[in-house]
Amino acid sequence: MKTNPNITELNPKVFRQKNQKPKENRVFNIVNIIFLSLFTIVIIYPIWNIVVKSFSSPDTLYHVGLKLWPEDFSIINYKLVFNDPTIWNAFMISVLKTVIGVFTHVLLTAMVAYGMSKQNLIGRNFYTILGVGTMFFSGGMIPTYLLMRSLGLLDSFWVYIIPSLFSYYDMLILMNFFREIPHSLEESAKMDGAGVWTIFMRIVLPLSTPVLATIALFNGVFQWNDYMTAKLYISNEALYPIQMKLYEIIVQTQAAANMQTATSVVIPTTSESIQLATIVIATVPIVLVYPFLQKYFLSGMMIGAVKE
Amino acid sequence: MKKSHFGKGFRAQLPLQMMVLPGIIFMIVFCYVPIYGIVIAFKSYSVTDTIASAAWVGLENFRIAFSDKFFWESVVNTLAISFLKLLIGFTAPIILSILIFELKNGWFKKVVQTVSYLPHFLSWIVVGGMLLSWLSTTGIINELLVGVGILDQPRNFMIEANSYWLIAVLSDVWKEAGWGTIIYLATMSGIDPTYYEAAKMDGATKLQQIFHITLPLMKFIISLMFILAVGGLLGSNLDQTLVLINPLNASHAEVINSYVYKVGLAQGDFSYATAVGLAVSIVSLILVLVTNKFTKKMNDNKSVF
Repeated sequence: MKTNPNITELNPKVFRQKNQKPKENRVFNIVNIIFLSLFTIVIIYPIWNIVVKSFSSPDTLYHVGLKLWPEDFSIINYKLVFNDPTIWNAFMISVLKTVIGVFTHVLLTAMVAYGMSKQNLIGRNFYTILGVGTMFFSGGMIPTYLLMRSLGLLDSFWVYIIPSLFSYYDMLILMNFFREIPHSLEESAKMDGAGVWTIFMRIVLPLSTPVLATIALFNGVFQWNDYMTAKLYISNEALYPIQMKLYEIIVQTQAAANMQTATSVVIPTTSESIQLATIVIATVPIVLVYPFLQKYFLSGMMIGAVKE
Repeated sequence: MKKSHFGKGFRAQLPLQMMVLPGIIFMIVFCYVPIYGIVIAFKSYSVTDTIASAAWVGLENFRIAFSDKFFWESVVNTLAISFLKLLIGFTAPIILSILIFELKNGWFKKVVQTVSYLPHFLSWIVVGGMLLSWLSTTGIINELLVGVGILDQPRNFMIEANSYWLIAVLSDVWKEAGWGTIIYLATMSGIDPTYYEAAKMDGATKLQQIFHITLPLMKFIISLMFILAVGGLLGSNLDQTLVLINPLNASHAEVINSYVYKVGLAQGDFSYATAVGLAVSIVSLILVLVTNKFTKKMNDNKSVF
């Protein structure tokens, strides 16, 4: 198709055939609303079902079915979870890894982005080639594991922080944002004798809070949700984050449940209650930041998409 | 002459260079050093070796992989799950975004979007844990299927190997379909509204508008997303697999990535696992290039790359 498709396809002949259009459109709208309502229920109800189950007492756990509210409201499952020191510990590891990880990631990536935002930076083309390469190639699971081992990061808390200090993709988004900052601001600061570092900390960073918040939120969600790092590099249970702890609980519950099916006896296990409550606890922080995420992710994605 | 200029210029921007330096070191260490590590695919590496000192064995590891029945089993599972994901998971966001775009009611549109993006931000561990609860013999899915009479008896889907592909695909669609609409909705909001006004004037129905305006204008972004999806055909979802796999469904659940994990890290056969990973990356690259060539023809010879 050489010509603009819209011009050929908007040929009036295609459309001027029937005369009951408003009715057809009303049917379309109604079907559409019904379909999307069902879709919304299919997404949200199953999540709510888990919340209802987690607040049901272990005796009624297996009779929850499709209820909207727990029949026998109880916080015993949560008591069980909070009485387990290993789950507490895992929760704190997750908080620590998220807070430290986000702070260092944003600071380091922003620092590099500020340097790269200067067109006259010597070696800039070479750095760009190096960076684009990281987006397309990777060594894969095993060579990366061997690297972590030789760096002494196995079974160390720092394996959560150091390998995710920098991301070229985030760097691009920040760099494009920094370029939009008026030069005059930096020039006048320079006249007053401010160095590069002072300009970066006092002018560039404070002016970039929206984009910094976007990067921080996404990196925070990644850090909070990540269990693969622990699965690959951590064998010391004291260093497990909440997601890895949850993974262990799920695997155990699953093994017990499959045993039950084999013997066809259903016994309520405490591990299932713990699993449900832990799922909810591991999800609460995400739901709390979700409104902020939603506010930022559209604008953040647009910055990345338009400029690259 | 030139060199001293370079040196002088470099020294003048030393503070800036120092800001960039950590990023450069990071990329070399965490991306390019592991790429060098791929050479162990052609060596016989054991824990006592260094990458450089291990003995070369040529293509021996690849030869073993291609005659390994479990490797092929994981390839079959990966392809089956990926093709189903391509079929359902790729088309779902396109249809969904068109339907959302057609919504006129502001608050309802907002609710649908807010709810549909949410599962993307839940980890696979959380979704996996929920899924096991929904699919259990007392969970909502059995409740529903028995309730409407599709099943007589609750079934434990997680121990049925034959159900696994569908479970993996549908749960992935549940989690990601809403999020996948963002890119299409962004494209659609950029369409000139006068096209629709003109069409309405000529009496075009909604469906005609969708097929003659919206879809033709989304051709480029759809083919771009398609190429990306094809590139990911052999890259299976390790997070999802590890949380849903169990000894009873492993024959249908083991995918290439989880096989690399099992052989490499759980059993310590580093060289063999790296060879499997490398072979898969090469095939993926070829797939992307071939798809790009095909979609180029569809897009007036405009190549995505």
